[in-house]
Amino acid sequence: MSETLTKFEAVIGLEIHAEMLTQSKMFSGCRVVDSVEAAPNSAVDPLSLGMPGMLPVINRSAVEMAMKVGLALNCEINAYNAFERKNYFYPDLPKGYQITQYAHPVATNGYLDIKGASGETKRVRIRRAHIEEDTGKLTHLSDGRSLVDYNRAGVPLLEIVSEPDMRTAEEALAFATKIRQILRYLDVNTGDMEKGIIRFEANISIRPLGSDALNTRVEVKNLNSFRSLTSSIEYQIAQQIETVEGGSVVEQATLGWDEDRKQTYSQRSKEDAHDYRYFPEPDLPPLIIGPDWIDRVREQLVELPDSKLRRYLTELGLPSYDAEVIVEDRPVAEWFDAAVAAGGDPKTVANWLINNLFALMNEHKQTIENSRVSPQGMVDLLALIEAETINKNTAKSVLVDMFLSGQTAKTIVEEKGLAQISDDGPILTIIQTIIDDNPQMVANYLGGKDKLRGWFMGQVMRELRGKGNPALVNRLLDQKLGELKKR
Amino acid sequence: MSKMTESADDMTKSTSPFLSLTGLRAALRDGSISSTAATEAILTRIETIDPTLRSFVTVTAEEALAQARAADQRLANGEKTPLLGVPVAIKEILCSEGIVSQAGSKILEGFKPPYDAYVVSKLKAAGAVIVGMTNTDEFGMGSSTEYSAFQTSRNPWNIECTPGGSSGGSAAAVAGGLAYGALGTDTGGSVRLPASFCGIVGLRPTYGRVSRWGVIAYASSLDQVGPMGRTVEDTAVMLQTISGYDERDSTSIETAVPDYEAACTGDIRGLKIGIPQEYFIEGLDPEVKAAVEAAIEQLAALGAEIVDISLPHTKYALPMYYLIATAEASANLARYDGVRFGPRVPGKDVIETTMRTRALFGPEVKNRIMLGTFVLSAGYYDAYYGRALKARTLLINDFNRAFEQVDVILTPTSPTTAFKIGEKADDPLQMYLTDIFTVSLNLSASCGLSVPCGRDSAGLPIGLQLIGATLQEETILRVAHAYQQATEWHTAHPPV
Amino acid sequence: MSTLSLQDVEKIALLARLYLTPEEKAKYQQQLSDVLTYVEQLSELDLDGVPPQAHAVAQQNIMREDEVNSTIPINKALGNAAATADDQFAIQAVFDE
Ligand SMILES: [Mg+2]
Ligand SMILES: [Zn+2]
Repeated sequence: MSETLTKFEAVIGLEIHAEMLTQSKMFSGCRVVDSVEAAPNSAVDPLSLGMPGMLPVINRSAVEMAMKVGLALNCEINAYNAFERKNYFYPDLPKGYQITQYAHPVATNGYLDIKGASGETKRVRIRRAHIEEDTGKLTHLSDGRSLVDYNRAGVPLLEIVSEPDMRTAEEALAFATKIRQILRYLDVNTGDMEKGIIRFEANISIRPLGSDALNTRVEVKNLNSFRSLTSSIEYQIAQQIETVEGGSVVEQATLGWDEDRKQTYSQRSKEDAHDYRYFPEPDLPPLIIGPDWIDRVREQLVELPDSKLRRYLTELGLPSYDAEVIVEDRPVAEWFDAAVAAGGDPKTVANWLINNLFALMNEHKQTIENSRVSPQGMVDLLALIEAETINKNTAKSVLVDMFLSGQTAKTIVEEKGLAQISDDGPILTIIQTIIDDNPQMVANYLGGKDKLRGWFMGQVMRELRGKGNPALVNRLLDQKLGELKKR
Repeated sequence: MSKMTESADDMTKSTSPFLSLTGLRAALRDGSISSTAATEAILTRIETIDPTLRSFVTVTAEEALAQARAADQRLANGEKTPLLGVPVAIKEILCSEGIVSQAGSKILEGFKPPYDAYVVSKLKAAGAVIVGMTNTDEFGMGSSTEYSAFQTSRNPWNIECTPGGSSGGSAAAVAGGLAYGALGTDTGGSVRLPASFCGIVGLRPTYGRVSRWGVIAYASSLDQVGPMGRTVEDTAVMLQTISGYDERDSTSIETAVPDYEAACTGDIRGLKIGIPQEYFIEGLDPEVKAAVEAAIEQLAALGAEIVDISLPHTKYALPMYYLIATAEASANLARYDGVRFGPRVPGKDVIETTMRTRALFGPEVKNRIMLGTFVLSAGYYDAYYGRALKARTLLINDFNRAFEQVDVILTPTSPTTAFKIGEKADDPLQMYLTDIFTVSLNLSASCGLSVPCGRDSAGLPIGLQLIGATLQEETILRVAHAYQQATEWHTAHPPV
Repeated sequence: MSTLSLQDVEKIALLARLYLTPEEKAKYQQQLSDVLTYVEQLSELDLDGVPPQAHAVAQQNIMREDEVNSTIPINKALGNAAATADDQFAIQAVFDE
């Protein structure tokens, strides 16, 4: 393997089909539902069933979502947009054609930067992104029948096509992950691969290292997890190398991926060669997207992960691990931004978020959006530490309380009497008592066992039931022990 | 029809089935006849005459009588919606909720749409009584109704002859006094040609004037619903009712609907009427030519200015039409696979079942699907469909230039009068040539109508076509109405 | 001029999913060839630089707002189907998913 990899490299392109999160379908006012959960054919209308006389009308939100993704992927948004009919027969395709953009897609010529294997930035070009409609779903019964559910038919889809700029399964994974993240950031797609709300296809070919030939490619469909994406690409690369080294040629094919067996399988070829007979959709006038419209959509764009990351690293000075973890998910990043805007110290907020709040969210299976700890609530908690009202350990238990009860840090601290003891008097009294009660320890300490200082500290804090202001306790203990040493 | 006796009183006030729609409307409004009586009279007449004319595929007697009774109630309350209580017929290509709507095809046999076409809901809202669904060539593909899967309609002027098509059922019904008005659809001339053959008025509105929502599609960029009536005013009332913007049709034009009845002023002084030389060609029946020339003189006498014009790409319209219409049809008709609606013919697997089911299409529909599929297929698109779209631009430019010069273009509607049933059914190309004068405006953004302008020596009606610029329906109605005022052709009725 | 072979006719019929009898194939071979010959008069036209026109009336940017208003109940959805099962449209097995 290592020997062959020095002789060959893979050429990988990805095609992504992402459903767009609209209320209604691409071309009619039919409800869009979770097509995995919903009862079959409960979200259909005459248009999604391809009934005679039905006419499509373009969903404005879907167009604007597509524009947003195009802008986020650094594409040109094309002024002239046309829909065309792609003709083929399949029982899940109700009209016998799919309305799609062919010659005039909404977005072209973009790119996405991903992190390469050794941390370097690698640019993957985006060839195009276009709007189309989804098909229905088939299920196969054991009695030799198939059933058709058209809930998904007509749901708006964005098809994103990359150039074949990736060379390894890892790069493909990085690209796919980042596309998914951007779609989630833009509220265009939930990123749910298992449900098929986002679907990936990989085009894979190989060539001798150093060549820039584009050889016969194999298309792999049915990739419903990132694991499938990487393992199918690795499998195909190995297969193709074996084929070529065995003296054969790779043949063009469309394959499925069997995740259980970890191998590709041949999809039965259609009985006729594809001839989609695209032609302009006569029922839909063209869309002209002018600069004003693009500007209005651009204004609605949220800050994207890359720019957030850059800001966290340079302006907020977060460690790169923290920054990356927070940027991962837009709601988390927005929570963090809100906490910083409320006056939280970025590094401290990041620490508490990653080390404490995430653990609570995981344990209780909650997301940041339904967590009861608001950004302001966290900042208030951190302010109590800063003001030395409570110490860090107390704060951790207060956070748990906030998470479970939804009460503010201040209320919890007050009601449970958790405020720190920051007066010299009571602390000095306790230190004196401990010294008096443990003459042997004092003797050992004075005899040179310096480490025992920690033992005294622990005893004092325990007597203070954790509420002692640690800095103050340290100072007063040093003062007392110092006096003993001088004697 | 046992209900007939219940309204014997009204029946005594019964009136001629050839009364105009506007005449009946007046009678309904002044109470001299009830909608129930008028509807019963029409239903009786359908029972008597339609076994000969075969213009209806479905007669919706029960629904019609219910609508008539409701209309009488509303008339009694003084309501005056435009078609309140008037019995009309609609082409079986318009979807009507719960009523079998089959587009003349076995592939839609028994199909009951769960919705009303936009135009059907407009008729209902205007108070019309819909007496039934009229016969059509399958999916509107034909010029004689001989390509209907169910029956061939007859021309009321001579039952050996075709009423024309594809809206032949509607034309025969209106001409035969089986409805006071009707709706057809016009993709290549399918309203104007049968109107011409049956001696009535038929209007093809500007593309986008009338919503296509719920109209079973043949060729999407050409289809348009059009009204048919025995007089120009009747046609104007129907057009008024069905026109308007519909947000469910993306090709619908969002602009106000003018008062089409008011356009029928009788005054056409100073109006410029263009005569395109390209329509007066070899193959034009001399009797048709003479009648049209007489009409031109008549219009000149009424004060119109006659101008010679040229529409140089006229001869290419029919080739363009057959490329564009069939290409669009090949996609529009792909939905008929027996999965969601329509009958299914089982085969050994899914593909064979689809193919055997689709073999339910009639021969002419198969012919056009094949042609459309071929002209879009890899390697042929540019040579056929692509060329046709470019040629269409030239044709549109022809009309634009002409309408800079004139207000209306005048031509014969058809080169001949109605032909005999069976004469052309086996020769598609000959059948296609029937539409040679009507297709041009379907490809452009013009509107047009056919108005009766004579009869040949066999007594068959001759039609005059008036073409208007985009959304100039008022102008062609005005000219046709003025012509009708000065002539008697519309007052003659067939011997049925 | 334009002639289609029997194989052409069969290929088109499969693309269009039309079952044709041998007689029909022969008939369409003839009829389609005739019509293609007829429409070839368009090649007389000089169409260089002429833009194609797919719509009769030039309009643009016709859109709807993203609102739900046309969903229909299941009985209306399935009411015209040749075969149904479990609220779905039933067909013969399709395996090449
Ligand atoms: Mg694709
Ligand atoms: Zn796609």
